[in-house]
Amino acid sequence: MADLRSNFCGIASPNPFWLASAPPTDKAYNVARAFKAGWGGVVWKTLGEDPPIVNVSSRYGGISYNGVRIAGFSNIELITDRPLQVNLDEIKQIKRDWPDRAVVVSLMVPCTEDSWKSILARVADTGCDGVELNFGCPHGMSERNMGSAVGQVPEYVEMVTRWCKQHTRMPVIVKLTPNVTDILAPAAAAQRGGADGVSLVNTLQSITGVDLDLMAPEPVVDGLGTHGGYCGPAIKPIALRMVADIARAIPGLPVSGIGGISVWRDAAEFIALGAGNVQVCTAVMHHGFKIVEDMIDGLANWMDGKGYATVAAVQGRAVRNYVHWNDLNLNYKIVAKIDQSLCIKCGLCHIGCEDTSHQAIAALRVNGERRYEVIDAECVGCNLCYLACPVDGCITMERQETTGGVVTWEQHPNNPLRKESAA
Amino acid sequence: MSDIGDIAAGRLDAAQLAANFADAHPPLSAAQAVVEANRCYFCYDAPCVEACPTGIDIPSFIRKIATGNLRGSAQTILEANILGGSCARVCPTEVLCERACVHTAQERKPIQIGALQRHATDWLMERGIAPFRRAEPTGRRIAVVGAGPAGLACAHGLARHGHEVTIFEARPKPGGLNEYGIAAYKFADDYAQREIGFILSIGGIRIEYGKALGLDVTLDALRRDYDAVFLGLGQAGVKALGLAGEAMAGVRDAIDFIAELRQAPKDRVAVGRRVVVIGGGNTAIDAATQARLLGAEDVTIVYRRGPEQMTATGEEQAWAQTNNVRIRRWAAPTRLIGGTREGTQDPAVTGVEFARTKLDAAGRLTLTGEIFVLAADMVLKAIGQSLVSDPVEDAPALCDGRIVVDADRRTSLPDVYAGGDCVPGADLTVVAVQDGKLAAAAIHRQLGC
Repeated sequence: MADLRSNFCGIASPNPFWLASAPPTDKAYNVARAFKAGWGGVVWKTLGEDPPIVNVSSRYGGISYNGVRIAGFSNIELITDRPLQVNLDEIKQIKRDWPDRAVVVSLMVPCTEDSWKSILARVADTGCDGVELNFGCPHGMSERNMGSAVGQVPEYVEMVTRWCKQHTRMPVIVKLTPNVTDILAPAAAAQRGGADGVSLVNTLQSITGVDLDLMAPEPVVDGLGTHGGYCGPAIKPIALRMVADIARAIPGLPVSGIGGISVWRDAAEFIALGAGNVQVCTAVMHHGFKIVEDMIDGLANWMDGKGYATVAAVQGRAVRNYVHWNDLNLNYKIVAKIDQSLCIKCGLCHIGCEDTSHQAIAALRVNGERRYEVIDAECVGCNLCYLACPVDGCITMERQETTGGVVTWEQHPNNPLRKESAA
Repeated sequence: MSDIGDIAAGRLDAAQLAANFADAHPPLSAAQAVVEANRCYFCYDAPCVEACPTGIDIPSFIRKIATGNLRGSAQTILEANILGGSCARVCPTEVLCERACVHTAQERKPIQIGALQRHATDWLMERGIAPFRRAEPTGRRIAVVGAGPAGLACAHGLARHGHEVTIFEARPKPGGLNEYGIAAYKFADDYAQREIGFILSIGGIRIEYGKALGLDVTLDALRRDYDAVFLGLGQAGVKALGLAGEAMAGVRDAIDFIAELRQAPKDRVAVGRRVVVIGGGNTAIDAATQARLLGAEDVTIVYRRGPEQMTATGEEQAWAQTNNVRIRRWAAPTRLIGGTREGTQDPAVTGVEFARTKLDAAGRLTLTGEIFVLAADMVLKAIGQSLVSDPVEDAPALCDGRIVVDADRRTSLPDVYAGGDCVPGADLTVVAVQDGKLAAAAIHRQLGC
């Protein structure tokens, strides 16, 4: 059986599945239930200075897609709205009750050294395993010059990280906002400031929808709306890309992957692209803590099947294959192949190709029966039909023989700036 | 023999009868409809559309349910089939659209197209929305004979174009088989009449009741007085068994029994204790199932061939069986057995003798000589109907007892069109609607306005 034990920035947990700093980790009650269910660790919902902030009623928005609920999720909730000491006492008790689990505390205080120094001392007293600096929250707190207002300025990220490293011996994880054009800038800044690792992504600025009766953005608060932070399955591709960019460009920096992770396969993908562990929120808010059971044995069973003994054996395995577009082989050719015995005649392969792509799938009638056939000469191997086909295995993309070996854009005759081959 | 002719009304109490004759297939809830609509793949060149005799754009109307555009959904349905509401209730979808659904090929669980169609059309009708506007009156007048699905569809199509339509209907109410020939639980809550009210609300359609062709009006006169004529006569004749004793008490046409069930309060409809239904179509299923639901103890359908040859679909057969109707196949009636009740002279049926049948080497149905008898107080004949042909001169040409029509549903007479069960083709409501729709379009073209 695969060994799922995890060590992230020196913080041990029985598995790599942590709950992200968010409503599920706001109180001892929830966290105890999560640990009972099997979660390996939590990042406690962000603590701030007293007096506590005040939250609005009507906090979440969701995207339903073709009947699937919460394909995307947004929130306008702020950090914890409970007094600091209440949280600290609960954290201390939880760590005492669950010593084998990771308990990391998320923090967000104004950008002064004293503020950080003072809260770090009080947090260290709880016996928690580390802190996560919330430089990601893109709504509400950012209007008060905290959260993503810090995360969007690499100099601030570096400065605050450095203060924290100076004032605590706990591991410091820096949580990054994806609301930037280049995720490498704040990641590198965190590293320069001495961060033990980074976690990403925090939520994306968003409006999930508009209430067309009230004519107000959702979630609506007394007739008005504000932008929220978007998360859930819909943002997984965005998060994967950012995690992979950091893994590729800053190889030694530990990354905790966050963003739409709902099932073990999502976790495996983040780990393959360099994440040392993963954090989950939306999926448990939708389905409860029990989903971790499938994440644990699903990941272990997949690892057993592949012969990976430890999470470290999987970590970063796909990073070497994550390249720039210019490094792709332009001489690689695939074409769609339809298994007629599996085809259910929905015609989706044809209409997508016909209306929007390359007119490479013919709609035929053979003795009155529908038949969809790939026109190999027209097929560019774009994958659209394969993606649209509702039958698993009906359309496959088959590699075609080509001559001339690998040709990248750097070498391609059409590239005016091509590099002549060494020969 | 005191148990001869045990035929009685009110075998069940009112509450039980109400429950038995409630909607056979209750409507989808809004939540169910959205979940089901989201299963649809929105196929290109969708096989379901081709399988629908009226060619309803099924993927489009289902997508509109999924997006909450129910008015648009109903409009898409009704544009192709103005009786889309009743077709949603009575179409054998399992052999039409739902059999063609690609989900049937993928996982044998087709989209519930009929139920979704009902969801959208019910939504529109419950709100009293009139989806169509009548064009400016043209002054042209068309006579439609028969207010069944074919005649109503034709009349509606013509009225939309601004023509003035008079429907001549032999019965006291409109609807044809929808009103008189289909089981009550398929049209709960007087749906047939509500739908007709909706259809007629377009205006320009007048119905004259109690006017039968050949008796009260003649084709010659209609052709003289109107710009065109549409014949939606149905199949008013009933085939006989051809056995001695058909006039005995207790022997009855199934179609009359079904009509009575639709017109009279259920507790006034008499039914035998033991009922034998002869035939293999939907009329047999509807009569037998309703006989059970009225309180008959023992109901058997007997059909001379096998289950695949029955015109009632497998689903219909299963429905009857679910309602404790026994179906015996490969047997043909050879004799009606009668007796006389104490104190009376008139004979009443007491049973039916059947001979087992089989196919001979040449594939012809033959009697095996093996005989069995089923006791019966009531025998319902459901072996088919026939056209009561117009006795007047200059009638349109017939073939195999049906009026010959071309692709436009035009008969051998240039200004006379026909559709529904009186022309060749499957005897389905949805086919009748398509006939009426096509004829209306052709008449409109022919009138050239």
